[in-house]
Amino acid sequence: MSSAARRAYFSSAWAVAWRYLHNLYTKPAVFVPGLIFPLFFLAAFAGGLSSVSDVPGFDYYDFTAFQFCFVLIQASALAGVFVGFSIAGDFEQGMGRRMMLATSNRSAIVLGYALGAALRLIVVWVIITGVSLLAGMTVRGSGLDIAGMYMLGLLANVAALFFSAGIALRFRSLQAGPLMQMPVFIILFLAPVYVPQELLTGWIEPVAKVNPVTALLDGARSLLAGEPTGLLLAYGVAFSLIAVMAVWAMRGLRKAEVAG
Amino acid sequence: MAARSVTRLVRQPAAIIPSVIFPLFLLAVNAGGLNAATDLPGFPTDSYITFAIAFTFIQSAIFSTMNAGQSLAQDIENGFFSRLVLTPMRPSALMAGQLVGLVLLGQFQALLYFAVGIAAGADFAAGIGGYFVLAALVSIISVGFGGIGLIMAIRTGSGEAVQGMFPIMFVLLFFSSMTLPRNLIEQDWYRFLATINPVSYLIEAIRSLFIVGWDAEALALGFAIAIVLAVLSIAFAARSLKGRMLK
Repeated sequence: MSSAARRAYFSSAWAVAWRYLHNLYTKPAVFVPGLIFPLFFLAAFAGGLSSVSDVPGFDYYDFTAFQFCFVLIQASALAGVFVGFSIAGDFEQGMGRRMMLATSNRSAIVLGYALGAALRLIVVWVIITGVSLLAGMTVRGSGLDIAGMYMLGLLANVAALFFSAGIALRFRSLQAGPLMQMPVFIILFLAPVYVPQELLTGWIEPVAKVNPVTALLDGARSLLAGEPTGLLLAYGVAFSLIAVMAVWAMRGLRKAEVAG
Repeated sequence: MAARSVTRLVRQPAAIIPSVIFPLFLLAVNAGGLNAATDLPGFPTDSYITFAIAFTFIQSAIFSTMNAGQSLAQDIENGFFSRLVLTPMRPSALMAGQLVGLVLLGQFQALLYFAVGIAAGADFAAGIGGYFVLAALVSIISVGFGGIGLIMAIRTGSGEAVQGMFPIMFVLLFFSSMTLPRNLIEQDWYRFLATINPVSYLIEAIRSLFIVGWDAEALALGFAIAIVLAVLSIAFAARSLKGRMLK
């Protein structure tokens, strides 16, 4: 790619990101649900279930911190899914076609949405972290650990974004919303949400063991506790998911191009 | 109108299936994920599924808010309601028609959840007679929440506005005693919310049938709240309907 082509590519990506963010912050109805849901789960789980930390074998240092990590991964993934809604909406209204006409390398469109999602996510992180600290969450990890924890959130965001973009680009309709949201919602809840993996019983225990979200959650929780463990697995799983979902999204883009 | 309401429900599996499946999914996740909570001192049973299954019935009843409201809002949006107004049909017949379908769906769901719960190992202390009490309570609760959906539909005439009720209903559901008994909720603010939330008492009435058998206090509170909710919501819905028919 020549430097002029590279400049045009990133300029297109930034234009898509800017448009996405502008729409987001001028239409609270689009932004608020992605913020309210994680805050709601934080309040419901950290508030309502705190006595679960008294169960024998529950060895995490702080229940609010334990739930915060779930909410962080959940908020990050859902932020990616909500971008999928925006992509579907843009294509439904014809904006997607115009963007494809205006961009020579169409992967810049997906990159633009991904940039927008990441910037949106920072606002969500600041709010849920602030609320958790106000609720009494204690942080044991170092600055580097905390950065590593947020990085896992970002990777979850990118993977979920590519997944939902792949669906949005194939269906190009907001009616595909449940197809983007439900699988992510389900896979999140099939991880150790309420208690550590060792305390899970029944059918969910083997499911959680092979669920990739479990590795992300365990990694994030260990980083917040300042005792990093299983990071190789967590990052390995995250990058693998991104690689697979990127292919899924790019093939979706090709289908959108073919459909015109 | 009742036959139309039932036919419509049957012909719209996409509208019904989530309201049937989602409560079962949450039950399955919670039963596995929170079974360790039964080790807490004072937990009323050693089987979390026995504790949690009550929540499933209430969740599906709350979903009925959306089903009832959505159907009527569609009728208003596509003009069918305006045509009905021109007929000699009484407002009460229109509402009853909508609610019959809802009660039948509620009964089907109750039977399904009961069967799944028992198959998954839940105990039912109240015995066969208790099932009829459970079915009666679920019907009244469905009418109560269905009435709220009708109020929203009549007042706004918009399916989107009815769907907008979902987060409020979800909050009512979660900030209750759905996952732990109120005496085991440590956080004061959460216990306070669960105590003033009428949904807690609806859940606890159904839960008592599974865990205790016949707990007069829990059942009386549950039925009283369900009846008050049903009477108020239907009364408000009837008033709103009269107003809309005059427009």
